[in-house]
Amino acid sequence: MSSSTSFATPKFEVKSHTLLRSTATKIAVENLDFFYGKTQALRDISIEIPERQVMAFIGPSGCGKTTFLRTLNRMNDVIPGTRVEGNVTIDGADIYATGADVVELRRKVGMVFQKSNPFPKSIFDNVAYGLKINRVTSSRSELEGRVEEALKDAALWSEVKDRLKTSALGLSGGQQQRLCIARALAIRPEVILMDEPASALDPIATSKIEELIFDLKKQYTIVIVTHNMQQAARVSDLTAFFLLGKLIEVNSTEKMFTAPNQKLTEDYITGRFG
Amino acid sequence: MTSLTALCTLVAVGILVLILSYIAMRGVSALNFRFLIDTPRPIGEGGGIGNAIVGSGMLLLLSCAVGIPVGIACGIYLSEFGGGWFVSAVRFLIDRLTGIPSIVTGVFVYAVIVLRMKHFSAFAGGIALALIMIPIVARTTEEMIKLVPHSLREGALALGAPQWRVTIGVVLPAAASGIATGAMLAIARVSGETAPLLFTAFGSRFFPRNLNEPIASLTVQIYNYAISPYDEWHAQAWAATLVLMALILSINILVRFLTRQKFR
Repeated sequence: MSSSTSFATPKFEVKSHTLLRSTATKIAVENLDFFYGKTQALRDISIEIPERQVMAFIGPSGCGKTTFLRTLNRMNDVIPGTRVEGNVTIDGADIYATGADVVELRRKVGMVFQKSNPFPKSIFDNVAYGLKINRVTSSRSELEGRVEEALKDAALWSEVKDRLKTSALGLSGGQQQRLCIARALAIRPEVILMDEPASALDPIATSKIEELIFDLKKQYTIVIVTHNMQQAARVSDLTAFFLLGKLIEVNSTEKMFTAPNQKLTEDYITGRFG
Repeated sequence: MTSLTALCTLVAVGILVLILSYIAMRGVSALNFRFLIDTPRPIGEGGGIGNAIVGSGMLLLLSCAVGIPVGIACGIYLSEFGGGWFVSAVRFLIDRLTGIPSIVTGVFVYAVIVLRMKHFSAFAGGIALALIMIPIVARTTEEMIKLVPHSLREGALALGAPQWRVTIGVVLPAAASGIATGAMLAIARVSGETAPLLFTAFGSRFFPRNLNEPIASLTVQIYNYAISPYDEWHAQAWAATLVLMALILSINILVRFLTRQKFR
């Protein structure tokens, strides 16, 4: 048996056949350390995330992938006692520089959470919230147009167009998650961070979200955390593997799931641990 | 176990029904339209509690105008913005404040406001009631805001909302019905208070003309009539009690109706 066949045969269907294309770097991270109090959760992370591609973060629970995702829009700032060292730049601007505008950053870098979190408001008001907060639109008709557009982009419009005024909490779990995506899309961010967006959804709702991600990458840079390696293989162009707060490997998804460079990655992907 | 708890429930509800029906029975005889709009008159000439109803309403409005905004703001501060020893100290003080006997509040307002102004006033009565409301409103607001899931706040923050807009636009509406329940509890509590009004609002036999003079209230009127030696006034005290209960009930229903949650 040759060494190359000792790899598990590729049981992952890799939909996207993009290799490491050279596109412009959207997010660049250098030597990032992150602490919860005295506990160091991330160690010396350096990575470049290219524009208009989908990058997946995989790794076992507690490996820091969600923490890292949340450093990219400074959502960890709301947790007391956290500390960041190192550099994160988006379009060349240091987002942790003193005087950097967090509100502006979050407008540019949208986020979808693991557990869908629609506001206890109507469907329309949920999507309109970000637009109103940021005073994006100047008239009611413009606002309605943007809400419709966002709902269409999130593939939800046809299901909710007749009940925009009803409560968002009456939607199904999958619909609620797509509503949260629509809410993030409405303010037209440049980057969308997704923290296990389909982990609480059934397979049909999951496949809808995955199709959506596939469409969205034409316009947006997408970073998705997932526990599900098949999902990472299906939706992403690039994959980053985290373990114990360290970034072990970044590679094209195709390479990652067929012939990873690192032994640890291979062990994880073939299910030897994690 | 089920039968024991059911029995206790029956006893509790039974006593409540007994009290309500007894008040209704005793109160309804002296109750008529004239009684509701007239001012008190000497014994044998009838008279009513119109001025006390208006007075109680004004005292309540006054105490709500001060107590509810201050209480809610305090609750928001405790749950959303504060941290460390200061908040713990404030929370401790508020809890102690809730337990202060209302007559102490009355004496305090008497010493601080009535003595300075050299006369009783509706204003002093309203402040006394507000002081009782603030801790109740503050603590329920804090608890209700804490129940709002953190994920909602993060969702709004991630859309670029500044902290204060998250609080006003997302957290408060999500906690609104709970906060309203707290406010309602506070209103129900103070509308039954007599002691803090005795040396602040004092009472009056006339319709109120302004907030700077003594003002009648249902509870003080009931107290005065109940300790009087006359059967006619006793009957009027019962009737006034019935009116007070009905008013508190309608406040409760109104607030429930106004804050019923559309999106829950």
